[in-house]
Amino acid sequence: MGISKTRLLTALIAALVALLLPFLVSTYYVSLAVQVCIFAIFAASLDILVGHTGLPSLGHAAYFGAAGYATAFLYLAGVKSFWLALVAGMAVGGATAALFGLLAMRAQGPYFMIISMALAQVLWGVAFKWRSLTRGDDGIPGIGRPSLGIGVDLRPDMHFYYFVVVISILAYMAIYVVARSPFGYALRGIRESESRMKALGYNVWLYKYTAFIIAGCFAGFSGILWVFYSGYVNPTDLGIDLSVRGLLMLILGGSGSLFGPATGAALIVLLQNIISGLTQRWSLVMGIIYVAAVMLFSEGILSMFKRGKE
Amino acid sequence: MKALETKDLCKNFGGLRATSDVSIAVEEGERRAIIGPNGAGKTTLFHLISGFLLPTLGTVSLFGRDVTHLQIHQRAELGISRTFQVTNLFQKLTLFDNILLGVQATQRSHSCFWRPLSSFHDTTTETERILKEWALWDKRGVPLKNLSYGEQRQIEVILALATHPRLLLLDEPTAGLSAAESASMTSFIKGLPPEITIILIEHDMDVAFEIANKITVLYFGSVLAEGPPGEIRGNEKVTEVYLG
Repeated sequence: MGISKTRLLTALIAALVALLLPFLVSTYYVSLAVQVCIFAIFAASLDILVGHTGLPSLGHAAYFGAAGYATAFLYLAGVKSFWLALVAGMAVGGATAALFGLLAMRAQGPYFMIISMALAQVLWGVAFKWRSLTRGDDGIPGIGRPSLGIGVDLRPDMHFYYFVVVISILAYMAIYVVARSPFGYALRGIRESESRMKALGYNVWLYKYTAFIIAGCFAGFSGILWVFYSGYVNPTDLGIDLSVRGLLMLILGGSGSLFGPATGAALIVLLQNIISGLTQRWSLVMGIIYVAAVMLFSEGILSMFKRGKE
Repeated sequence: MKALETKDLCKNFGGLRATSDVSIAVEEGERRAIIGPNGAGKTTLFHLISGFLLPTLGTVSLFGRDVTHLQIHQRAELGISRTFQVTNLFQKLTLFDNILLGVQATQRSHSCFWRPLSSFHDTTTETERILKEWALWDKRGVPLKNLSYGEQRQIEVILALATHPRLLLLDEPTAGLSAAESASMTSFIKGLPPEITIILIEHDMDVAFEIANKITVLYFGSVLAEGPPGEIRGNEKVTEVYLG
């Protein structure tokens, strides 16, 4: 499977839009674009589990938030380097996933979902209650932009925007390589039939566990960017609300595909911000949109175009 | 060398003894059929050999090595491959990707996650060779679920072969096939390389007698009779079990 012309064209148009965006729209929309990039990585990392491996995790925010807190602690301890935060945050995300995966993967199907959710809520509870360390639900404010050490100042919003776009595209591509690697093919085999994969000689448990850790690392990646973007981390970054939103991004955008997670992330970030600007009952409207999406496009909005082609 | 040897194999499900003191030995290169009425414990025996079930008592050896406590994938690494009674393929993946997963299983690259699969030419060319060998190349891009049942039964066997097994376990390869399809499946199995040891569960006696050079009859979990097809055909106990 090579890169098709339509894909190349889509990528080119997207790159052009990304480049010109700060000159076309207000800073408000530029900041939304940053959020879209961050949540695209979050959704894509969750898609490694949900779309490719068939593991419906309901606790993905745990790795996002754990990395976020790690970033905040490091920053307040005086570590301002983005690269150090990146390594530490991804390691914390991956390590949390390594621990939780060990427990959650003992269960399957709906039980796996519930256990993955419960584990994430434990972390949420710790962040909420351990006030001396995390300041509870006040959260930890005052995290500034990191330094890159290459002479680029990330403090201006426009610089930060371009930085997030570039590094998110790199991370998104890395996730895509994982999905297209022999390992990624094996994950989809596991999604379709674990017993057949075992019979062929694959160590199914180890594959699923590795997928869990890789997904945790990339969720951590998005958590780091989020904290540097918002300058703030609080227990909701670990909460069920964010985990569910990640799943909804995949439902809306379509899982198991290249552009699905990014599309879903863009839709949800934009809809949520636009609708909440129009009405106080925005969560009701979002709810209706989710239900409609599940009923009409069970394989994601993008499946509409595929169906058109067939 | 013996490809497979089981000693006093027992498997209990609660109070039900599905496999009872089964001791069989299959020589390398042999074509063995396991027959018996419904509920005789044929598939349970396959599960015990391939590792999907662990025995209550007894041991399983593959190629002279005790594998009783090895996991499924570890046994597969020793050269055992199996098919399933109920078609067990990767339904949403294309035919190409189905076979590819079988080819990849035996390659060192199979756990690499930092390079796209398309850069591993060994895997893709071997997959291409297999699909062309069985005249399935034209259908490579078709999602497996869109292929006919007869084709899926054949792919069930081809996928098991893709790992280059030394011992192949076929669980009712002709299940649900029409008479014509069943005949072509029979000649397909008969045409497999002679160095592959085959153990075959079969409901259809004619198929079993045609493929096998030795037959084991299971009845209520234990071995009722064992011998060459001619001997089994004339065995009174077997006739009684089958014809009541």
